[in-house]
Amino acid sequence: MIRLEGVSKEYAAGRPAVDNLTLEAATGEITVLVGPSGCGKTTSLRMINRMIEPTSGRILIDGRDTARVPAATLRRDIGYVIQHAGLFPHRTVLHNVMTVPRLNGWGRARAEARAREVLEMVGLPGDFGRRYPGQLSGGQQQRVGVARALASDPSVILMDEPFSAVDPVAREGLQDDILRLQAELGTTIVLVTHDIDEAIKLGHRVAVLRQGGVLAQFSSPADLLAHPADDFVADFVGRDRGYRALSFQHADVPVHPEEPVRLGQPLGRRSEEWLLAVDDGSRPQGWVVPAEVGEGPVRVEHLHRAGTVAPVDGALRALLDAALSSPSGRGVVVRDGVLAGTVRAQEVLSVIQQAPRPDGASIQGPESASATGQRP
Amino acid sequence: MIATIWAWLSDPTNWAGAGGIPAQSLEHLRLSLIALLAAALVAVPIGLYVGHTGRGRVVLVNVVSAFRAIPSLGVLFIAALLLLPHLRGNLAFELPSLIVLAVLGIPPILSGVYAGIEQVDPAARDAARGMGMTGWQRLWQVEVPCALPLICSGLRSSMMQIIATATIAAVVGLGGLGRFLIDGQANRKYDEMAGGAILVALLALVVDIVFSLVQRAVVSPGLASRGRT
Repeated sequence: MIRLEGVSKEYAAGRPAVDNLTLEAATGEITVLVGPSGCGKTTSLRMINRMIEPTSGRILIDGRDTARVPAATLRRDIGYVIQHAGLFPHRTVLHNVMTVPRLNGWGRARAEARAREVLEMVGLPGDFGRRYPGQLSGGQQQRVGVARALASDPSVILMDEPFSAVDPVAREGLQDDILRLQAELGTTIVLVTHDIDEAIKLGHRVAVLRQGGVLAQFSSPADLLAHPADDFVADFVGRDRGYRALSFQHADVPVHPEEPVRLGQPLGRRSEEWLLAVDDGSRPQGWVVPAEVGEGPVRVEHLHRAGTVAPVDGALRALLDAALSSPSGRGVVVRDGVLAGTVRAQEVLSVIQQAPRPDGASIQGPESASATGQRP
Repeated sequence: MIATIWAWLSDPTNWAGAGGIPAQSLEHLRLSLIALLAAALVAVPIGLYVGHTGRGRVVLVNVVSAFRAIPSLGVLFIAALLLLPHLRGNLAFELPSLIVLAVLGIPPILSGVYAGIEQVDPAARDAARGMGMTGWQRLWQVEVPCALPLICSGLRSSMMQIIATATIAAVVGLGGLGRFLIDGQANRKYDEMAGGAILVALLALVVDIVFSLVQRAVVSPGLASRGRT
C-alpha cells in the first residue's frame, strides 16, 4: 500500500503545486490520478519515488517512510514508465529491459532471460530484442518501456501519462495489456493521466485533482460517474457520464436467436430486409441486404459493417451500443467470438431502467479523504 | 609547377633521414596527438561536468567563443617569448608550442562534449533517474554513450585545428611538416613549400579518416538510425 500523508509541494512560497494531499493507493490495485493540467498529478506521482521531494508531509510504501531510503535504492524497487518511454537509444531493446535487473546486481544471463520473458509478456517476442528503440513505432517503444518497468518484478509501478503520446489504436491495445498484466501479476500501479476516459477504463480507484493540487474526489469509476462530488468533478467527468456509467453495469438482457447466412454461399429463398453474414467459424462479419446480393453467393463487398459486436455477458453500454449501431436494429452478441444471437435496444433500455442506480456508499470526498490539517 | 612539386615529392633524398618526409610526418603526428591528449584532459571533464549538471553553461559558452577568437600566431610568439628563457633543451622548443596547440584544441572538444551531453533525450535522462541510476551511472551508462557522436566530432575538429596550427608552429622552431613550408619559404624553394602544404593536407585527411573509423566502432548503431517511425 502506498500512503500519502498530508503531502504538499511548493515551488514558490504560497503557491502550492500539491496541497496537503492524503491518499491511499491500495495494494494490487490500479489507482489513477487524473485532473486538468496544473493540478499537480504528475508532481504527486513523482514524489512517490522521490524524483521530486515533498515540501511537507510523508509518503509510506508498505509502512516504510520513503524519505528514509536512499533515493536510488528506493527507485530500483519501483517500476517507472513515462510519457515518451524514455528508452536509451544506444542500447538494444533487450539491453534496455535488462537495465534495472543489472542495476540490482543480477548476472548477465539471468537478466537476459528475464528480459526475454517480460518482452514476451508485452507482446514483443524474439527478434525485437535485437532492435534499437529508433527502429520501433511509438506504441512498440512504450511496450518496451512497460517491459523495462516490469523486468525486476517490482511490487509497485508508477506510470506518468504512459499512453498519451501513442496513437489511439495502439493506446487501446496498451491499455488492455496493462489491465491484463496487472490482473495477472497483482502489481500495485499508480497511473497519471489527463484523460478521464482512460482513468475510468484503467482505474480501480480514481483520484480527481483540481488546480492547485487539491483532491476533489477519490472513489471508484462507477461512483465518480454516478455521484460527482461537486460541479468541478461533474464538469471534468464530462457530459455523457450517464451513458458511460453503463460501462460498469451488467445485467441479463434477452438474447434472440438469429439465423445467419454464410459468406460465400447464396441466400436461397431468404428475403428479410437485413441478414447477418458469418464466416465458416460462425463469427459475425456484417449485415447484407438480399436485394444487393441477388442470385450469387454472399461476398465481402456486400457487407455493411456499421454494427458493433458485444460479448453476451458484456456491460450494458456495449450491448446498447451494439443494438443502436446495427443497421438492422438487431444488436449482435457473441460468445468467445462466435455468434450467440441478437439483442434489441428497447429491451436493453428497459433492463437499464429496472437496474438499481450505483449507490454513493463508497464516495470519498476531500472531507473524508484528507481529514487532517484542512486549510481554513 | 605541378611537375616540379611532383619532382620534389618523389625525390628519394627528401624521404630519407631525420629531416625527411616520413620523419617529419611522424613528428607532426606525435606533437599533434600530445596536444590533443592535453586538450582532451582539460576539456572532457569540464564538458561532462557542465553537460551533466547544467551548471556554468553561460560561462562555458562565453569561454569557448572567446577561445575561438584567439589569434594563434600571436599567442604562439607570446608563449615562445615568455617561456623560452625558462626552459632548456628540446623542451624549450616544444613546450610553448604544445601549450598553444592544446589551448587552441580545447574549444571544439569542450563544446562537443557539452553539447553532446546536453542534447541527450530528456525522457531518457528522466527514465535513467527514475529507475534508480546514480549520477555516475547516468553519466557513464546513458549520457556519455549517447553523446559520443558529438564528442567524437569535437575531437576530430580539434585534431584538425591542431594539425593545421602545428604547421605554423614551425615558425618558432617546432619540428613537423611545417618545416618544409617555413624552410622552403626562407630558401625560396617553392616546390618544397607546395609539397609540404600537400603533405599537411594529406596527413589531416588520413588522420580524419582514421578517427572516423574509430568513431564508427565506438558509437552505438542505435544512434545512427535516429529517425523515429
